[in-house]
Amino acid sequence: MKKILFSLILLSIPFKVFALIEVDITRGNLDPLPIAVSPLSIDDNSRKNFEKILKKKDIGSEISKVVENNLKTSGLFNPLDKDAFLQAPDIANLKPRFEDWNLIKAQALITGKVNMIDNKLRVEFRLWDVLAGKEMMALAFTTVPSNWRRVGHIITDKVYERLTGEKGYFDTRIIYVAEEGPKTKRIKKLAIMDQDGVNNKFLTLGNELVLTPRFNPTSQMVTYLSYFRNLPRVYLLDIETGTQEVVGDFPGMTFAPRFSPDGKKIIMSFAKDGNSDIFTMDLENRIVEKITNHPSIDTSPSYSPDGKFICFNSDRSGYQQIYIMKSDGSNVKRISFGKGLYGTPVWSPRGDLIAFTKLHKGKFYIGVMRTDGSGERLLTENFYQEAPSWSPNGRVLIFYRETKSDDKGEGFSAKLWSIDLTGYNERMVNTPTDASDPSWSSLLSN
Amino acid sequence: MKKLRIRNIDQGAIMKLNKILKNSFLVLFACLALSACAVSKKSTGQMQGDVYTGTDTVEYLASGVPDRVFFATNESVLTTASRETLRKQAAWLRKNSDITIVLEGHADERGTREYNLALGERRANAAKDYLMTYGISSDRISVLSYGKERPVDSGSNPLAWSKNRRSVTVKAN
Repeated sequence: MKKILFSLILLSIPFKVFALIEVDITRGNLDPLPIAVSPLSIDDNSRKNFEKILKKKDIGSEISKVVENNLKTSGLFNPLDKDAFLQAPDIANLKPRFEDWNLIKAQALITGKVNMIDNKLRVEFRLWDVLAGKEMMALAFTTVPSNWRRVGHIITDKVYERLTGEKGYFDTRIIYVAEEGPKTKRIKKLAIMDQDGVNNKFLTLGNELVLTPRFNPTSQMVTYLSYFRNLPRVYLLDIETGTQEVVGDFPGMTFAPRFSPDGKKIIMSFAKDGNSDIFTMDLENRIVEKITNHPSIDTSPSYSPDGKFICFNSDRSGYQQIYIMKSDGSNVKRISFGKGLYGTPVWSPRGDLIAFTKLHKGKFYIGVMRTDGSGERLLTENFYQEAPSWSPNGRVLIFYRETKSDDKGEGFSAKLWSIDLTGYNERMVNTPTDASDPSWSSLLSN
Repeated sequence: MKKLRIRNIDQGAIMKLNKILKNSFLVLFACLALSACAVSKKSTGQMQGDVYTGTDTVEYLASGVPDRVFFATNESVLTTASRETLRKQAAWLRKNSDITIVLEGHADERGTREYNLALGERRANAAKDYLMTYGISSDRISVLSYGKERPVDSGSNPLAWSKNRRSVTVKAN
C-alpha cells in the first residue's frame, strides 16, 4: 500500500471537561447513542471537480455515509435518519441550531465541509454535544482525493475516541483467505479489504493453496502459509511491492506463523517426523531459535503485546489445550482447564485477555479468558467457527464460521463474522467470495 | 523327602498359574464383551468405532494394494487393518524398488486449521514409520500434510469425517 500523507490540523482545542455524552463500551450496549451525521457540505466548484476525478456525485455526502455506516456497525451508535434533519449542512457546520437537533433526539452531531485546494481534498469536521450545546472537537485533514474513504474512517476513529475514551479501529484493513469452488478442490487466494468490506483486492491468483495470513505491526508485511510447489512453508509478503520470500530453510512443513509485537521476528511451528515444535526466526540476522522441545504437537503461537510471553496450543496433556510460557520457552504452564478442547489462542493487544476457539460436545465456541486462564467467557456458539483476530483496540474479534454441508456435500459456506468483546453485536462481514482466516491490521493512521 | 517337597512346590505353582489363567480369562472375556458392545453400538457397517472400514474412497496402488489407511478422531494410531494395508504397500514397494512415494496426511473438518496441519503430518509419519520397519528406506518416502484442506467426502457427518481422516500413499514418480 502506498504511504499516504495526511496533514491534520486541530481547529480548536477540544475541551476535556465533563462532556455530558459518553459511550460505555465495557458492557453490551443495548441502547446505542443517537447521533446525527449531517452530510459534509461542499461548494459547487469543488463538487464538480471531485465528480470528475472520483466519479462520485457528491463526495461530501459519500464521506458522511462511510462515517454513518462505521458508527452503525460498531453497535454503539444509532445514526439518525437524514430525512428528519431540519438544518442545511453548511449552516449546521457554522453554528448548529441545537433545538432542532434535540427535537429529533440526537445527542451528538457531526458536521463538516469538503473543498478542493490545490487538487487536494480538504475536509474539516466538528463533533457537537447537542444537549450541552457545545463543540466537542474540530479537526481538518488534507489528502489526495482518492483517499476519501479513509477520511471517513479517520473521522469515525476520532469521534469514537472522543466519545468512548478509547482508540477506534475504523481506519484499518482485513487480510483473509478468499475461498471458491467445491470443498474437495477448494481454491484459496489471499485477499485484502478495508475493515468495512470495501476495496477488496486479491493478492494471489489461486494457483497454490494459501492459509493463515497475518499482518506485522505496521501492516505493510504479511506472513502466511503457502503450498507453492507442494512444499508447505511460511512466507513473508510485502504488500506494497508484492515481493515475497520463504521464511527460513526448514527441511519440512512450517506453519502457523505470526509476527512478534516489534515486527522483528516470525514465530511459527515446524513439523518433523510427526512432531511439531515452535520456532522463531529473526528477520534481520536470520537466526533461528527453537522455543519448545516436546514430543507433542505445539502450534498456534501468539506473543503478548510486550513480547515477554507466548501463548500456544499443545496436546501434551493428551488433547489440545492452551499454554503460556516465557518468550525463551521456559516456565510452560497450562491455562485452559474447562471442559472440551481449546485451540487458536491469540493475545489481546491490551494484554489482559486471550481469545480462543473451543470445541465441546460437537459445538465450536469463540471465547476469551484472562492470561492465567481464569474468567473464561464464551461469546458465541456455532456448528463450526475458529481463528479469532483482535481489532487493534482489543474491543472486537473477527473470526470465520462454516455452515454444515448436507449428506450430498451441498450447502457449505465459509464467512467472516465479527463480535464485540461483550458478546453483543455479532455481524457477518461482507466479502465478495467465501472467506476464512481473517487478520485485523493495526490502525493505519494516527 | 526331596521329591515331595518339589511336588508340593510344583502343585502350588500350578495352582497359582491356574488362578492367573482363570483371572486373565475373565479379563479377556470382559474385554470381548465390551468391544462387542462398542461395535454393536457404533458400527454402521462402514465404521468401527469412528474409524472408517469401508472401501468407497479407496484406490489401489496395484492389484490388492490399497492406497490409504484411516484414523480415529484426534488419533494417529494405526489400526490392525491399517497395519495390514501398510504391510501390503511395503511388500509392493520392495518389489518395485524404483518407486518413490508421498504420504499425504489428512484430518477432518472438525478441528482448528493449524492443529489439523500438525495432526495430518503426525498421521502420515505414523504410516511412514511403519513402512520403514518393513524395510522401506526413508529416502523413498516424503510426507505432506494437508490438514483439513483436501477432504474426499464433502459431507458434514460422522461417516464423511471418518473417510477424511486418512493417510494416502501416492506414487511420486
